[in-house]
Amino acid sequence: MAEEVLLFGLWASPFSRRVEMALKLKGIQYKYFEEDITNKSPTLLKHNPIHKKIPVLVHNGKPIAESQVILEYIDETWEGHPILPKDPYERANARFWAKFIDEKYLPGIRNALSAEEKQHENAVKEACEVLKHLENEIGEKKYFGGEAIGFVDIVANIIGFWLGITEEISGTKLLTREEFPKLSNWADVFVSSSGIKENLPPRDKLIAYLRTRLGTRSTDASK
Amino acid sequence: MAEEVVLLDFWVSMFGMRVRVALAEKGIKYEYREEDLRNKSDLLLQMNPVHKKIPVLIHNGKPICESLIIVQYIDEVWNDKSPLLPSDPYKRAQARFWADFVDKKVYESGRKLWTTKGEEHGAAKKEFLEILKTLEEELGEKPYFGGETFGFVDVAFVTFYSWFNAFETFGEFSMEAEHPKIIAWAKRCMQKESVAKTLPDQQKVYEFVLGMRKRFLGE
Repeated sequence: MAEEVLLFGLWASPFSRRVEMALKLKGIQYKYFEEDITNKSPTLLKHNPIHKKIPVLVHNGKPIAESQVILEYIDETWEGHPILPKDPYERANARFWAKFIDEKYLPGIRNALSAEEKQHENAVKEACEVLKHLENEIGEKKYFGGEAIGFVDIVANIIGFWLGITEEISGTKLLTREEFPKLSNWADVFVSSSGIKENLPPRDKLIAYLRTRLGTRSTDASK
Repeated sequence: MAEEVVLLDFWVSMFGMRVRVALAEKGIKYEYREEDLRNKSDLLLQMNPVHKKIPVLIHNGKPICESLIIVQYIDEVWNDKSPLLPSDPYKRAQARFWADFVDKKVYESGRKLWTTKGEEHGAAKKEFLEILKTLEEELGEKPYFGGETFGFVDVAFVTFYSWFNAFETFGEFSMEAEHPKIIAWAKRCMQKESVAKTLPDQQKVYEFVLGMRKRFLGE
């Protein structure tokens, strides 16, 4: 049966890249459509009328939105590199940390990197508490997924790659090697891993892009 | 094998109720432990050190946190009856999308109905009704969000029904008038024993929220 896999994404978005990482790890052929999020295509709006955001995966005409939902769909639909563990308890743990990253880490980091002077110290303290939880979770493992890249690693791409870039732009360093040696090490391993490194946007181009967007203090439109 | 299932919960939490409904659907015996959220037990803090929140399911000594994650865990472990998630991957993705929508939107928006005043309150009411409209459109003519059978999205949203009286009163609207399909769906769910026996009385919930509101607004 002819398989049609389309991905509507944004080159700079970690959420969009998560889906690409999963597709590449599974060896799935897909057609990519670059969206201009300042001028969203009618196709995107048709496929994601509720949130109107990228990424959206369209498989044989049927759309799936929300990066973590898409990752689970990819894992359940295609064989190859497993993304979620088989054991229900480990799956629950993976889902827990993925949720933690998107719901606690992300807003926390945003606050810490953009907070006004008065709230800055507090915001940084809170962000470091979040990073500490992740430092404990990675422990001695090579990846959050164990020996191989898994669900949490893919979702943590925003820590592995995007954090360093936003730190550079804002001038605030949060993920220090002294305070978070294990997480820092994970980030190094992650960005040099096969299946991941090919799917990262060019650093300089991303810095320039984010400088413009963060400069206007707009909230991240993509998820 | 002896199975030990413990639930750390708080009676009025719509998130905790989701787990209770799922456990009931599957016919699982468990020990319910009521937490005093102003004086959390050592067990809760030990089992959920990251968020320190209920609900927490403890299965043979191992904790699972976050209500929808717990419900999926229950569905995967006790997979011999009453499936909550569909078997088709696309339908599962849709179920996860809508459960996520309920999670992201309903609680926060509903909360603003009793924590805000004046102009902010007006905006909150508008936003809340829009969210319900979206859910009503998704439900369409189906008996349940899951289709012909009660499923994941139904579990995720029906527990908010026990809070409807509170939302209506503080939101100053009638759910029946604004979104009759949602009421019809909720009543259909309430015909299921798992739901009827779990959801607390709406009046009791209202009184609880009234108390919270007074403390929050400093009245």
